[in-house]
Amino acid sequence: MYEVIVVGGGHAGCEASLATARIGHKTLLITGNIKNIADMPCNPSIGGSAKGIVVREIDALGGEMGRNADKSLLQIKMLNSAKGPAVRALRAQADKITYPKEMLKTLENTDNLEIKEALVEDLIIEDSKVKGVTLENGEKIFSNIVILTTGTYLKADILVGDTRRREGPHGEKPSNHLSDKLKEYGFNIIRLKTGTPQRIEKSSIDFSKTKLELGDDRYWTFSFDNEVHYKIEEQVPCHLIYTQPETHKIIQENLNKSSMYGGLSDIKGVGPRYCPSIEDKIVRFKDKERHQLFLEPESLYYDDIYIQGFSTSMPKDIQEKMVHSLPGLENAIINKYAYAIEYDAIDAKQLKQSLETKIIENLFTAGQINGTSGYEEAACQGLIAGINASLKLEGKEPLILKRNEAYIGVLIDDLVTKGIIDPYRLLTSRAEYRLLLRHDNADMRLRKYGYDVGLISEEKYKKFLNKKASVIMLTDYLNTHKITPTKEINEYLKTLNISELKDSITLYNLLKRSEVKIDDLDRFIDGKYESDVKEQVEINIKYEGYIKKEIEEANKMVDLDNKKIPDDIDYDKIHNLASEAKQKLKQIRPTSIGQALRISGVNPTDISLIMVYIKKEYFYESK
Amino acid sequence: MDDTIAAISTALGVGAISIIRVSGKDAIKIVNKIFKGKNLNEVDSHTINYGHIVDNNEIIDEVLVSVMRSPKTFTCEDVVEINTHGGIAITNKVLELLLLNGSRLALPGEFTKRAFLNGRIDLIEAEGVMDLINSKTEKSRKLAINQVNGEVSKLIKNLRQDIIEILANIEVNIDYPEYEDIEEVTNQKILNSVSDIEIKIKNILSKSIDGKIIKEGIKTIIIGSPNVGKSSILNRLINEEKAIVTDIAGTTRDIVEGNITIDGIILNIIDTAGIRKTDNYVESLGVKKSLELIDEADLILYVLNNNEELSKEEKYILNKIKNKNHIIIINKTDLDNRLDLNIFNDYVKLSIKNDTGIDELKNKIKDMFNLEKIEKEDFTYLSSARSISLLKKSLDSLESVKEGINKNMPVDMVEIDLKQVWNTLGEIIGETYSDELIDQLFSQFCLGK
Repeated sequence: MYEVIVVGGGHAGCEASLATARIGHKTLLITGNIKNIADMPCNPSIGGSAKGIVVREIDALGGEMGRNADKSLLQIKMLNSAKGPAVRALRAQADKITYPKEMLKTLENTDNLEIKEALVEDLIIEDSKVKGVTLENGEKIFSNIVILTTGTYLKADILVGDTRRREGPHGEKPSNHLSDKLKEYGFNIIRLKTGTPQRIEKSSIDFSKTKLELGDDRYWTFSFDNEVHYKIEEQVPCHLIYTQPETHKIIQENLNKSSMYGGLSDIKGVGPRYCPSIEDKIVRFKDKERHQLFLEPESLYYDDIYIQGFSTSMPKDIQEKMVHSLPGLENAIINKYAYAIEYDAIDAKQLKQSLETKIIENLFTAGQINGTSGYEEAACQGLIAGINASLKLEGKEPLILKRNEAYIGVLIDDLVTKGIIDPYRLLTSRAEYRLLLRHDNADMRLRKYGYDVGLISEEKYKKFLNKKASVIMLTDYLNTHKITPTKEINEYLKTLNISELKDSITLYNLLKRSEVKIDDLDRFIDGKYESDVKEQVEINIKYEGYIKKEIEEANKMVDLDNKKIPDDIDYDKIHNLASEAKQKLKQIRPTSIGQALRISGVNPTDISLIMVYIKKEYFYESK
Repeated sequence: MDDTIAAISTALGVGAISIIRVSGKDAIKIVNKIFKGKNLNEVDSHTINYGHIVDNNEIIDEVLVSVMRSPKTFTCEDVVEINTHGGIAITNKVLELLLLNGSRLALPGEFTKRAFLNGRIDLIEAEGVMDLINSKTEKSRKLAINQVNGEVSKLIKNLRQDIIEILANIEVNIDYPEYEDIEEVTNQKILNSVSDIEIKIKNILSKSIDGKIIKEGIKTIIIGSPNVGKSSILNRLINEEKAIVTDIAGTTRDIVEGNITIDGIILNIIDTAGIRKTDNYVESLGVKKSLELIDEADLILYVLNNNEELSKEEKYILNKIKNKNHIIIINKTDLDNRLDLNIFNDYVKLSIKNDTGIDELKNKIKDMFNLEKIEKEDFTYLSSARSISLLKKSLDSLESVKEGINKNMPVDMVEIDLKQVWNTLGEIIGETYSDELIDQLFSQFCLGK
């Protein structure tokens, strides 16, 4: 008997099982194959725009992904460093051997956590409550809570050209019955599709025909622990190439052979818009003469090179022609062909914000099974499901991050409120208040939550509180100290290309000038401050006006989110509700007026009706 | 909804009976404090009571007071209605006393809002005031669309399309920074588009304001210090043009004194008697209110006394109105000149006593609104005050875009204000935020892994 069973050892499953075990709940992680724990079946990278910030958020909350990525870096850079602080994010190439190896080590060294190799084919359910799982061999294992993190393994089909094989990304056996069982229990099952490009033998590529893409020449870490495990000069480069007219011609001529364009007639899965196959790109953007492709190293321990941007479901012979039409790849050896994969997922509208399912109590789902795509998206859901499973075991309220608190909050709210049609990828444009959701302030936003649930140690929390106090102290200092335009000071400012002072000015206001950096003020500041403290203060002051604007907007949303809708509300009893709105409200059962407003098809008029109804039925005061 | 609200609930005309409505849990207690007659705390519900409104011991007016206790009232709360003998000065005085004694001035539509939220009126009745429920529901799609004519809605849609293309491009630069072959949006590029967008919005705005004037009249306020002759000028205008006692419902805050027609154009004159200062509290209230009125007015007639030097307060108001449509009226030119006229660029000299200057004033108003031109135009523009204020708001956000660019802010900061322009324009035509931007992103650019 376990308190928690986690089904699936991918990025979601790892975070979920680590969270529940670390909080102190006896946890069993069941995976089809221990070798595939924390596997990276697609691109060899962690982070990227928005996703990189999610990794920071995971770390701030006490999750593992950031630390684990830091241990397996091949290359890292800060994206958008020329833009504002809101959109900066880290992107790293991570070693596909080291990353899973390190994660497995961590799992094995975690108290309260056991790992078991098996296939789960059913859930044990009594009175709409989950009680455990049934394995392929009929064995039953009992637990208070089950977290499903099955990734793409529900009825997975690998598609290449006109072939369809029932198997997972590495040819393993997928779970054939679990999704049917879920359907029986009342879940809407949707079919999704994604794809991955070829892997090429490194020694067969002529890199002289490519453009070098290097990592940054300064150190970065995803984790707030700041432990560096790599050397700047030893980072592994990527390479950039472009598709050729010949490539486009081959694809055009063979379009009907692609699984997605006629090769297979029974495609039901909906592919992601953000990550179309190369044939999609050529069909949809006919005018574009060439497309960028990145050659990315997968590992130091084997020689596969991943062609980012070239995912396809063409048959193997056509893939050969396509690859050989690329500059530097004329004689390339394909170690692994590109494929598309179709899999089952559940409709996330059937989840609560806590990631517990609405239909079956104590059953949580996280990751690709919820319709998302991406390692980071999966990991953060796993973490939240793990945290909320623990809170549920302890009889506490779930942790629900708001849209102005974390990208994780945006992601989960989008999933459960809007549902998805194609695999969901996080983008900065999905966040309304992204200036509040920065790379640099993830700890400021979330560390307390991590500490409260028990995933952040006293020591780390103290360190964080010190940082917070220093930020306040330094801000206060800048606000209360003025400098006067003496000759000496103006001359100093001149050496920094800062226009001279006419009147005395607080350091705070001086810093507001676009040409002034906080480091320029060092000589005017008593005491030394860490660079991350200075960074916080600088951003807060420089962008104060914009931050205020976003906070104001966010507060409006929070007000609406704080207007709760009672769990037992009966939408059939509200007269005049538009029928589309009624149907969606009944399905999604939003917990707040704010969430209800974000449901497409629910109009402000419907919202007013709900508000009046709630007022009448639930708060009819003693009149 | 814990506080008690008060407002003049009838549109005031000269000599009409006015009703002041008070609603909320302290309504009866507050009115009782300024009422001399029966103890209202003890009278039966739904009774009408005769008595006087008093300020300390001074009788302000002879009134009838209806007391209606919750829940069988319009708002479902305790409601008191005071019937005064009309007259703007008296009605305002009574309202001021109510505000001084613990009630707050109701927002436009707030009584209806309370009635609705308390479940007193059903949807069909309430639909007309939906946009007041709260900021989010203000976006009420239907309401907005009905207010907007097809042609202008098309103009705004095109504008939004221009903006969203820029936004999507910025977003792609952010979300796919490694894609070098996508054009990088710079502040300079945004600046070019912004001027274009600004011209288009201003064009819609100016035509919309003209349209509103044709439909609703020019919202005109006469302001000035006490005893500069505001009322005499008002009376002179009204007498001349045979004032129509208005039946156009203003909002509860606007007390429309009367309508004047000059060559077919309606001036809605708004009384500012409430601005008069009696003590400190009212003074602050009065200044606040007059500033509000200045913001809302289409035309400000600012009356100064030829016989007195400019006061500090007058200078302040002059500064406030300098960017608004205004006419400075120098009254009492029959008296000695003590006012320095050199500081004004333009003004109308007037003497009520000698009956000079009124025609000049009317001509000036006509010139200002270019009335001949308006009549020939085809009015297919936004005419609701709400849409016009949203247009203005989007211009403000455009200003912030330019300011950000001048300050050399990163493009993603500048984008915050540009997105605001896009959202505000969307509010006008009833399109709320959705996944439009993300859809645009994927249809406009070719991306992939």
